[in-house]
Formats: sequence, structure tokens, C-alpha cells
Amino acid sequence: MVVAILFIILGFIVIRGFSVISWKFLTTMPEDGMTKGGILPAIVGTLSLVAGSMIFAFPIGVLSGIYINEYLTDSWLKRFMRNMTNNLAGVPSIVFGLFGMTLFVNTLKFGDSILAGSLTLGLMVLPVIIRTTEEALKSVDDSLRHGSYALGATKLQTIRRVVLPIAYPNIITGVILSISRVSGETAPILFTVAAYFLPKLPTSIFDQVMALPYHLYVLTTSGLNPEASRPMAYGTALVLIAIVLFVNLLANGLRRYFGKKVKMN
Amino acid sequence: MAEYKVETKNLNLFYGEFQALNNINFIAKENTVSAFIGPSGCGKSTLLRVFNRMNDLIDNVKMDGKAFIDGKNIYKKNVVVDELRKNVGMVFQKPNPFPKSIFENVAYGLRVNGVHDNKYITHVVESSLKKAALWDEVKDKLKKSAFELSGGQQQRLCIARTLAVEPSIVLMDEPASALDPMSTAKIEDLIYELKKNYTIIIVTHNMQQAGRVSDYTAFFYLGELVEYDETKTIFTNPKDVKTQNYITGRFG
Repeated sequence: MVVAILFIILGFIVIRGFSVISWKFLTTMPEDGMTKGGILPAIVGTLSLVAGSMIFAFPIGVLSGIYINEYLTDSWLKRFMRNMTNNLAGVPSIVFGLFGMTLFVNTLKFGDSILAGSLTLGLMVLPVIIRTTEEALKSVDDSLRHGSYALGATKLQTIRRVVLPIAYPNIITGVILSISRVSGETAPILFTVAAYFLPKLPTSIFDQVMALPYHLYVLTTSGLNPEASRPMAYGTALVLIAIVLFVNLLANGLRRYFGKKVKMN
Repeated sequence: MAEYKVETKNLNLFYGEFQALNNINFIAKENTVSAFIGPSGCGKSTLLRVFNRMNDLIDNVKMDGKAFIDGKNIYKKNVVVDELRKNVGMVFQKPNPFPKSIFENVAYGLRVNGVHDNKYITHVVESSLKKAALWDEVKDKLKKSAFELSGGQQQRLCIARTLAVEPSIVLMDEPASALDPMSTAKIEDLIYELKKNYTIIIVTHNMQQAGRVSDYTAFFYLGELVEYDETKTIFTNPKDVKTQNYITGRFG
């Protein structure tokens, strides 16, 4: 039933959007009140937000996960951090958008920018990365850690040489799934970076950019001639879904590849 | 030169409120094999873990009394635990090789202790695998994953891994209990050989095994060291009635 729904949605978008897809669509700027041309700036914008959010969320998220699982002894602090992480994960994305606007755009004066958008999106997926890192580390059997300590290895060496290599594939999976979330969220970028119409590519992290999910909204509801823009809206949706699907397939493929490489006993 | 290789004096250990070890006074001479026997949960493995400070990894453990290796108190503040564990190796009940190649498993201890000379590492890997009676079986597939080995081979790999860092003491926590009889026999032969160069303490549930491989046997019951003597004596002429009952299988 779920698969059927998925296929219906996909089919819908593919049928209506396919006609619009072309090399020109993917590589040029929108023209003519967004009824013609392409969505390049939105693609570039989304990709730069993905990169930016990952630069922020990946190191902090993985290191936090390592700290919580490997260094905190079982105590109220560990449980507290886990609870807080879960709570953060449950915050609605538009609240992140508002928070991001207040903190990054206004207070820190980054303005509507890739920087503000990346930080906001990064915050949004941070708990996901922390959680998947934690789960990945927990799944590594303690007997391996003990074997390492018994040979005179330090905790840091054990984490680096034994635990992380085993946990790595699952951590990467979490990161990749975060990427697909970042690509598709509209609310956090609404007040922090997304531009309505900006037919040029960004040159610095303080620039505003267009982004695919917001562009989809724009094409569907505004512009000079929403009806005429409709096919492009479908095309945008198709590109967005293609990116998300590709990323999910990549995650599954990587998970299976690494699963074979690192056979757990 | 210390009189005993391993010694404890009035050792008590608590897991939270539960007293796992009660006033343990134990000694082991160099190049001997001591076996710890006794029913489950009576402190044998706990005492074993005192000697390489693996109990430090468990929360809520409190210990008083003293433990000495080569005459030095190993729980003093200035003791470097990593160095201690280099000198006091441990083989676990269930083989726990790393998900790495056979070669890298044995080399691991050397690498984490700062050895970078690859020629030296290769040499030590070979000699350790020979000491563990595994070399002939794996010499052509050193780069293969350790998981491709059988259970018995994996355990011998873990022994090789332990020997590679050149400990003087090897602790074994029921090393053959997860293995088939053939592998068990191989491991027992191995222990007998290793005795020449190492001091070995082995926890075992298998009394025949204790009888076969050890010089001295210590019988534990409910956290106490009930009787400790030459293995021959323990098994033929035990002094304590509890020892006698355990040996004859009255309780297990």
C-alpha cells in the first residue's frame, strides 16, 4: 500500500514534469517571469546549502555522538543528553527557520545568506546525525573494545582503530539521509536564505540563493503567470525528488557495500 | 627480584553493594600455571580482571586491599594502566578478533604501543603466530579477514595477538569453553608450552582441564579463596570439605 502511494506520487510528478526536463532546464537561469528557461540557480543554491549544512553538522554531530556514547558513563547526564537530542529532533522545521532568522540573520547580522541558511539547516539535522552516530557506535560489541584495551590501547586509539571503522558505514548512512532532508526542507530556508528570484549564481557565503523546494512553491503560486509556470514547477519537483531518491539509493548501496566489507562476528 | 610474580593481600572488591571478592590472599610464582576453579559467579573472573585492571572499565566497582605484579602495587596512582596491560595480557572466553586481517589483528598491539618499523612488525607477527601454533594454518592467508577462521583458530589468533606485545603474564578467562574438543586440546597443549616463558592464570569450569594444564589450583566459593595448593593435592587430597564436594561434583 505504501509502495503504491509512493509510485502514484512519483508517477504523477514524472508524467507532468518530464516534458520540461532538458539540459537547458538544468543549466540556465529562469526567464520570462519564470515561465521559461531553467532552474540552475535553484540547483546550485540547494547544493551549496547541502554542503554548508554538512560542513557544520557533520563534525559536530559525529564528535558529539562519540562523546556521548564512548566518554559519558551511564549517568543522568547521558540520559539527559539523549533526551535533549530527541527533543531537538522533534522541533518543527519552521521553528528552526524562525530561530535561524532571529539568531543568524538578525542578531549575528549574517543577513539572508548561505551562511545563515546552512547553519539553520545544520542545526535541524544535527540531532539526526548525533543519533545515528550514537546508534552506530552502540552496535559495536563491547568485547572488541575490551580486546583492544587488554592490549594496552588507550580509549582514543580504540575508538579510532576499532570502533569507528566498524561504525563508519552506519554513520555515513545517517549523514546521507540528512542530506536528503536538507535538500527538501522549505521552512528553515524561508526566512534565512531563500530568494524569490535571483538569476545569478552565488559568489560568497553571504549571498542569498534560490533553492529547489522554495522555488517549487514560488513557481506554483506566484510569478507573473502561475499557470504558465506550472510545467516548470513539476520539473522542479522532479529534479528535487530525483536528488532525494538518488541520495537514498546511494545510502542503501553504501550500507550494503560496507556491510559486506566489515563482517561482524 | 620479587618473591612472587603475582600477589594479592587482603583484597576485597564490591560491585555496588555486592561483595564479589572477600579477603583474597593469592600468590603465583613465575612461569607457573595457576587455575581458578569454582562454581559460577564466585569471583574467579573478577579476580582475574584485577590483575590487568580491566575492572576499571566497569562502573560502580570499589576495591580495597593490594594487588602486586613483580612486587609493585598496580593500583597506585602513578601506574600507567596501558603499560600494565602490555605486560599482563588477557585472552577472553569468546574469541574477539578485530574485523581486520589476520596480520593486522596480531600487529594491532604493536601499532598501538608505538611500533612503526614494518619489518619488525612482520617478524613479530610471524613469531607470535608460531608461538600460538597457528602459523602453518594461516601463513598463506595473512591478509584474509580474521573472521574466515574457525572458532578455535580465532582463539589462537587472539592468543597470538596477546603474545605479540610480549607480556610476562597471560590471563585466560575460560579460553576453551566456547570451542570444540579438538580446539580445546590444541589450546591446552599451547598453555603447557607457553608455561616455559610466561606466567599463566587460567579460569576454568572444566576440572579435568585444570588437572591437565595447571601446576597450582585455587578453589573459589562465594567470593572467597577457599583453598589453594598444588594441583595434585587439590584433586587427590583437598583439605576443605567444600573443595572436596566441588571436585567430586556434589555441586557445580
